[in-house]
Amino acid sequence: MHTRPLRFVRRAQLVTLPHVPPDRTLLDLLREDLGQTGTKEGCGEGDCGACTVVLAERHEGRLRYRAVNSCIRLAHSIDGMALWTVEDLTRDPLLRRQCADAAADLHPVQQAMLECHGSQCGFCTPGFVMSLFGLYQNQIAAGAAGRGGPEVTAEQALEALSGNLCRCTGYRPIVQAAQRMGALPAVAVDEAELLRLLELLAQDGKALEGDFAYEAPRSLPALLAARAARPEAQVVAGCTDVGLWVTQQQRRFAQVLDVTRVPELRRIDWHADHIAIGAAVKLAEAFGALAQQWPQLHDFGARFAGLPVRNAGTLGGNVANGSPIGDSMPLLIALGAQLVLASTRGERTLALEDFYTGYRRTQLAPDELLVRILVPRPPSPSAAPDALDAAPHSLQLLRAYKVSKRWEDDISAVCLALQVEVVAGVVQHVRIGAGGVAATPARARQTEAALLGQPWTQASIHAAARALQAEFTPLSDLRASSAYRRAVLGRLLQRFWLESQAAGAHEDQGQNGLQHPPHLPQQLPSLEHHHLPLLLQEVAR
Amino acid sequence: MKPATLPAAASATSMPASPASSTGPALGQPWPHESARAQVCGAAPYVDDLPETKGTLYAAPIVSPCAHGLLRGIDAAPALALPGVHGVVLAADVPGDLWLPTPARDEPIFALERVHYLGQVLGLVVADSPALARRAARAVQADIAPLPAILTLEQALQAQSYVLPPVTLRRGDAAAALAAAARRLCGRFEVGGQEHFYLEGQIAYALPLEQGQWLVHSSTQHPAEVQHWVAHALGLAQHAVRVECRRMGGGFGGKETQAGQIAVWAALAAHKFGRPVKLRLARREDFLITGKRHPFAYDYEVGFDDTGRISGLRLQMAVNCGFSADLSGPVADRAVFHCDNAYYLGDVEITSLRCKTHTQSHTAFRGFGGPQGMIAIETILGDIARALGHDALDVRRRNLYDPDPAAGRCTTPYQMAVEDNILPQLLSKLELSANYRRRQEAILAWNRMQPVLRRGLALTPVKFGISFTATQFNQAGALVHVYTDGSVQVNHGGTEMGQGLHTKVAQVVADELGVPLAQVQVTASDTAKVPNASATAASSGTDLNGRAAQDAARQVRARLAALVAQLDGCHPEQVRFADGQVHSPAQQRSFAALVQLAYAQRVQLWSDGFYRTPKIHYDKHTLTGRPFYYFAYGAACTEVAIDTLTGESRVLRVDILHDVGHSINPAIDRGQIEGGFVQGMGWLTTEQLVWNDAGALSTCAPSTYKIPAAGDVPAQFHVDLWPEPNREDNVGGSKAVGEPPFMLALSVYEALRNAIAAAPGAAGEQSTVGAATNPNPFAAQPLRLDAPATPEHILRALGALAPD
Repeated sequence: MHTRPLRFVRRAQLVTLPHVPPDRTLLDLLREDLGQTGTKEGCGEGDCGACTVVLAERHEGRLRYRAVNSCIRLAHSIDGMALWTVEDLTRDPLLRRQCADAAADLHPVQQAMLECHGSQCGFCTPGFVMSLFGLYQNQIAAGAAGRGGPEVTAEQALEALSGNLCRCTGYRPIVQAAQRMGALPAVAVDEAELLRLLELLAQDGKALEGDFAYEAPRSLPALLAARAARPEAQVVAGCTDVGLWVTQQQRRFAQVLDVTRVPELRRIDWHADHIAIGAAVKLAEAFGALAQQWPQLHDFGARFAGLPVRNAGTLGGNVANGSPIGDSMPLLIALGAQLVLASTRGERTLALEDFYTGYRRTQLAPDELLVRILVPRPPSPSAAPDALDAAPHSLQLLRAYKVSKRWEDDISAVCLALQVEVVAGVVQHVRIGAGGVAATPARARQTEAALLGQPWTQASIHAAARALQAEFTPLSDLRASSAYRRAVLGRLLQRFWLESQAAGAHEDQGQNGLQHPPHLPQQLPSLEHHHLPLLLQEVAR
Repeated sequence: MKPATLPAAASATSMPASPASSTGPALGQPWPHESARAQVCGAAPYVDDLPETKGTLYAAPIVSPCAHGLLRGIDAAPALALPGVHGVVLAADVPGDLWLPTPARDEPIFALERVHYLGQVLGLVVADSPALARRAARAVQADIAPLPAILTLEQALQAQSYVLPPVTLRRGDAAAALAAAARRLCGRFEVGGQEHFYLEGQIAYALPLEQGQWLVHSSTQHPAEVQHWVAHALGLAQHAVRVECRRMGGGFGGKETQAGQIAVWAALAAHKFGRPVKLRLARREDFLITGKRHPFAYDYEVGFDDTGRISGLRLQMAVNCGFSADLSGPVADRAVFHCDNAYYLGDVEITSLRCKTHTQSHTAFRGFGGPQGMIAIETILGDIARALGHDALDVRRRNLYDPDPAAGRCTTPYQMAVEDNILPQLLSKLELSANYRRRQEAILAWNRMQPVLRRGLALTPVKFGISFTATQFNQAGALVHVYTDGSVQVNHGGTEMGQGLHTKVAQVVADELGVPLAQVQVTASDTAKVPNASATAASSGTDLNGRAAQDAARQVRARLAALVAQLDGCHPEQVRFADGQVHSPAQQRSFAALVQLAYAQRVQLWSDGFYRTPKIHYDKHTLTGRPFYYFAYGAACTEVAIDTLTGESRVLRVDILHDVGHSINPAIDRGQIEGGFVQGMGWLTTEQLVWNDAGALSTCAPSTYKIPAAGDVPAQFHVDLWPEPNREDNVGGSKAVGEPPFMLALSVYEALRNAIAAAPGAAGEQSTVGAATNPNPFAAQPLRLDAPATPEHILRALGALAPD
């Protein structure tokens, strides 16, 4: 089987590369084939960010910029996109200076890093520069165009840098550079010209449909037909796990089926009673949608890997991959999510918790693909009675907890997501999803049963904690011992209880109305850290 | 030349981003790193980025899947069957000595009849691409008959399994002092190791040249050692091997000895196939093969009075050295030298057990045993303070070395007088600027009110000895070349790993010659230029190489001054070099013009330079002497919060006051302080190495081994520099800065223990019982928190988890 030429835009040029194997990584393409060694390999698994590059593609009429890990990205996945590596920031003719400053040869991102002493050994630096370039395009350049402002807050900087590790500087100067870059003379991408070039590529690409080793169908019927025709092809979306099979296990794929070019799979549709998230929606956007509905989920979403992984990985990929320590599934279980599986034979829908049949085994038939995740929405907030006034002992509470050694970009030792509705002091509805405690992501049905219909009291919580600890037999591994995991399961329920007390009746679905509990001081300046991973994190706000 | 004073250095917040002008002395100015511009453009090449010579092949290691066993055979046939595989390299292919030329001679190049750890390199596969070499290496089958393995310190102690004999340092009669003490405490705890996680993994690129000569590009802190090892393995004289290193993507001690194996392997493969060979370890291989910071286990008994002043200490430090000695002897020695930290301990008996386990051979890591020594005494003092119900800072202060020699409390257990002690003033200053007392009260109040969160605050000092304890390493050489256009090139024996050594050396040379910094270029470390150079380690890079380069520059300057004196009829001392100009009483010339004159007069425009550290001496048999030229000091005040439900923790605020003498470059020094602190914080909080029951390192990638990320850095992070110059004559009045700040992070650990102790039911809660109510001196139990303080370890320390 032949490979389709790989085509992308770089430095205002249309680049066409024939004969790129379907499992070639973007980093190897850059370093080994193109001799572009500015981009570094630090870990080869998307966890250090030294290999970060920025991609842009046209999406819903505008350019979207994403910093991604090139080490675990298959080269063909950037077909039809624009690419920047660290070398390009001083060499791309499409990067236009807003003021004529002949001396300024560095991009403001680079200048800020230089001025703030953001590099020491320099090996991670290209990756940081590119993550900052992504932030620059989305925050500062977009601000210039009227979306948002040129300011970068420390919180935004940390989120943008969450997938980049530095072992030398202690990060302070790099975060400072992120906040400094907006004050330097601006540099903008010539988006009109870039869109024109991307359009040229798109037109050109239509002529190239066919039977290729790396196939990326452009419609759902074509995708399902391709899947039916070649069930042995490796399915990829963001490749944030499959990429590791290539780089860490040296596996080879003769055929790859990329699902990310299907428009139906890239959409988020807001229906009255549910959100339908296409399986190829990036994790960053998927969590963005969930946090739009439930703002308390923002931090949980921001703690899923680092931004370059959330910019590449997809919600459908996380679910279909079926890792017992994937963080999205416990949450989706608590939310009562359903999955839509499709094949040329038709579609079927099932509850997420019923999807898994064993360790990394699922209900997917060989010709089937996950196409949508349906997340039920609560009845509109205006329809719900104001709990405080109408029903003093009622509340709705949704929380997702993740316990890991590191706050950012770590994998859960334990993940627990809970959704509880209490009406007139009695648990009316409860859904609990758990991760890291069994061979699959799991719904804690026995614990739910222990709570349902019970009064919302400390005693009920204690009983539920015992049920939760009895329900799962977690393993001991490098992340935590079985004893710790079991203990923490119960203690997270206690946290949930305490938060329900703190939240009181102000908590309703979608409103982040937490109040300071009366026994806590209102102002805790030394606890004002946006990442405080502690109980009552909101208290510190 | 008098170094510039540093008003900017006194306050981190007002530190200028870059020098205001390019005139004036370069020293004392916050110049950007000499490679910063190239680094931000992706234009600073590391070894893997160098253009490859035609015909280059790639090697990948074949590693042992077994922790201990008899190696009966290696079946490479499945690898050799893959197209593009050139072959394997095994012990039989080594033309020289099968063993690395380490002092203990206990490390084979490739495993011989026995494998000693899971990950030990058995040989290499050489192929047309790195990915193919790795795929083929996985296909090689090793036939190993397993033997029982010693995997933990406990097992090693039980079996008396040592890589080197135990060492005991005694002063006075510790047993008698303990017996006579009003109070005693005993305890035990463990501190884990640490992976260096240099972002650039280990790599070497070996090129056979003409007539049996070799060029090796190595990411190494010690090119001379790589040269020595490669020559030894190939059976060549050292002059046949040239080793070059322009920069490393981080070292932290991990490329002090262990870069040597990589280079030897690459060279052996290149030798066998007669082609250039590159060997870059993949991250997981790097984790699996190379050594780490030594894990320690402590057992102590301390005697003290009712004020908390220590009169006697018995301390046993069991050091997990891994399967071979490597640098474990000196590392364990430095732990012995630093287990006093800043304190006079009275009568001591300190035992150091250098345990052999079937794991990676642990090696140098920033601090080199110092952190492991210092955490012992800081832990003990924290326990004493809790046992007495006293403030820990008061107890620490009571035990400080007394700067007044008349008090008789300024001599270390290894018989070195602490002559430059600034800690009493430094602690007082930080106590005020960090608002220690008020915050301590606020935290007490908070902890009384709060049901779940507990906060803790601790202020701990650092006193770190500067010099290699092996006296002969304290020498350095340099070359300064002045070209006819007045541009200057300097080369020295040190290596650049990000710490800014080249920048500082360039600043030193620029000021000696009175030229702008931009006129001075530092070139790659190269065994062909400065021979026999020591490792860039022990924080000594600038002290040694800066002085050697200064010596070289001064010789060139002296020749130029003599010429001017001759031309202008003045005394050479009257000739002044500054701002690119040379001034005599009679005339002013540009430096370049003078250089051209000198060239025409056949004056030598380049020179070598040499430096040896004065005053130091040390008897390695008695462990006494003056191993250190001077001490670097500092202190940190850290506030943390813990969640008593889950054991999660956060560092909320850090205030640092650190002594770098007169800073040569305040921006670089601040970078070392902040970076060192955060790295130390990682060691004590998130960075956990886990070996499974088979001896496999399960945390062998950044997905499982968690170094601090940007969000872990405390939102409030204040760094100030102590304003005094070094009291010893050191380059520019500066002090070494590479390692000392690492140990500022001990304040994180102590703050965590304070937060834990504040929780009801915590293991150490009863230890706050005061003297009057507690007649039994052993009733107060120390609070045991094993490091790293993961959520699990904190929950265990809180008494909320049953023992494993």
